[in-house]
Amino acid sequence: MRSHPLFSPWLSLAPALTIITVLLGASLLYAIAESVGYISVIGQSQISLDAYRATLQLGSEFWTSLGFSLWINITSTAISSVLALLLAVWLSERRGNTDTLALNWNLAFPHLVWSVALLLFLSQSGLLSRWAATLGLITTPADFPVLVRDRFGIGVILSYIGKEIPFLTIIILSVLRSQSVGYDVVAENLGASRWQRLRYVTLPQVMPALLAGSLLVFGFIFSSYEVPALLGVGYPRALPVLALRFFLDPDLRARSEGMVISLIITLIVMVVAVVGLRMKDEG
Amino acid sequence: MKYIFRALLYLILIAPLLLFAAYAFSTRWFFPQPFPVEWTTSTFQHAINDSRTLSSMAQGIWIALLVSVLSLILALPAARVLGLRQFRGRQLAWLLLFLPTIIPPLAIGMGLNILFLRIGLAGTITGVALAHIIPTLPYTIFTLSSAFARFDENYEFQALALGANPLQIFLQVTLRMLTPSLVVATLFAFLISWSQYLLTLLIGGGQVITLPILLFSAASGGNPATIATLSLLFVAPPVLVIAFTARQLNQHGNQIREQY
Repeated sequence: MRSHPLFSPWLSLAPALTIITVLLGASLLYAIAESVGYISVIGQSQISLDAYRATLQLGSEFWTSLGFSLWINITSTAISSVLALLLAVWLSERRGNTDTLALNWNLAFPHLVWSVALLLFLSQSGLLSRWAATLGLITTPADFPVLVRDRFGIGVILSYIGKEIPFLTIIILSVLRSQSVGYDVVAENLGASRWQRLRYVTLPQVMPALLAGSLLVFGFIFSSYEVPALLGVGYPRALPVLALRFFLDPDLRARSEGMVISLIITLIVMVVAVVGLRMKDEG
Repeated sequence: MKYIFRALLYLILIAPLLLFAAYAFSTRWFFPQPFPVEWTTSTFQHAINDSRTLSSMAQGIWIALLVSVLSLILALPAARVLGLRQFRGRQLAWLLLFLPTIIPPLAIGMGLNILFLRIGLAGTITGVALAHIIPTLPYTIFTLSSAFARFDENYEFQALALGANPLQIFLQVTLRMLTPSLVVATLFAFLISWSQYLLTLLIGGGQVITLPILLFSAASGGNPATIATLSLLFVAPPVLVIAFTARQLNQHGNQIREQY
C-alpha cells in the first residue's frame, strides 16, 4: 500500500477511475444510442431523430412537464434560500455546535421518507386534517384543502423546502461562523439598523455560497424522481417522472422518448452544476 | 421567545419519527380523533414477521455491505494519491471521479438498465451493487482524501525504519490513523446504498426488492399503519448512524446530503 514516489499515481487511481468511467461512459453511450432509435432489443438499427422530434414538437407533454418542473424548482429553491438565510442569521447569533448537530439530523431522513411523512401529515385524512376537525375548522376530510397529490405541486414544493432549508442553512452558517464578528459590530457601532446590517453586511458575505448552494439544490430537484412521483398527480407530471414512465413503457418507441427527456434533464443539470461550482470556487 | 423558536425547530426535526410512531403503533384511529386512542404493536409485529419485509431488509443490508466494502477498497488507493501527491492530471482525475455527483441517477440508471440487460446483470444483486457504487464512490474518495491530506507519511517511514513489514504498516499505522474517517466513509456509503430507490428500481427491475422499493409501493396506495411501519424500519439505520456520528458530520455531512 505504501506508495513509492516513483510509482505512478495513475496506478492507484486506476481501479476507481475504471469503474466510474466504464459505467458512466457505457450508460451514456447506451442512452444516446437508444435516444436515436438504435434499439438492439428489437433489432432495429436505423438511426433517426424521430424521438427528438416527437418529444420537442409543439404541444407535446414534454413542454407541460418542463413548465411544471421549472415551477416546482424555482419556487422550492427561492423559498428555501430565503428561509435558510433568515434561519442561519438567527442561529448564528449563538456560538456552539448544537444547532449544526440538530440540522444534520435531517440527514437521517432521505427524501423518500420525508415525503412519506408529509403524505401522512398533510393528506385529507392526515394528521393536520384531524387537528383541524378537532378545532372545528372542518367537518369531513373532503373539506380539507388538497395539499399533497395536488395539481399545483404544493406537496412536492413543501417536501423540497423541508429538506433543502437545513442543507442551505448549514452552508450559510459555515460562512457566517468563519467570518470574524467584527464587521457586524462595526456596522452596529456606526448606527446601522438590524435590517441595514443584514442587507449591507451579512448578505454580501454569504451571497456567493448561498447562490452556489441554490444552484446545487436546483440541479438536484430538477432530476429527482421520488418526490414528484410520490407527491404529484398524473397530470401535469414533473420531467423525471415523465421520462421514467416513457422509459418503462411497453411500447419501445416511447422508450426512446424517455431517453431523450432524460438526456435533456442531464444536460440542463450539468450546465447548472458547472455554473454553481464556478461560483463556489470564486466565492 | 427565542427558546420557543428553538424548541419549535427541534420539534420539527423529530416530528417525522413521532408521526411514524403514532401511525405504526396505533389502531382504530378514525378521522376526527386528533391523537391515537388505542395503542398496539400488532401492525408492527405483523410487518416485521412478513417475509417480504424481512427479505427486502436482508437484501438491502447485504447490498449495502457489499457496496461499502467495494467502495472502500476502490477508494483507498485513489484517495491516498489524491490527498498526498501533486501530479499532472490530478484535476482531471478529480473531475472524472466527481462526475457521478453531477450526472442525475435517472440518466445513469436508464443507460445502465440497457447495458446490464445485455450482459445479464439486470435483476441481480451484483448488478444493483455495481450501480450503487457510482453514487457512493465519489463520496468515499472525498472523505478519505481529505483525511489523507492531513496524514503524515513520516509515521509510516518510522515504522519501516523500525522493521515493520508493509502489511503491518498498512494495518497498524495507516488504517489506524485513518480510523475516524474510515468509519464515516463506510457508514455513509452504507446509507447511500441502503436508501437508494431509483438505481435499485432500474437495475433490480422488480427482482431485487429493497426496503425503499417496498416503501414506495406501499406509499402509493397502502394503509397508513403499514406505510409508517416500513418508514420506521427504513430510517432506523440512518437515525442510529447520525446519532452516533453526529460530531464527524460537522465536517462531512453536507457533502453527501444531496445524494439522497
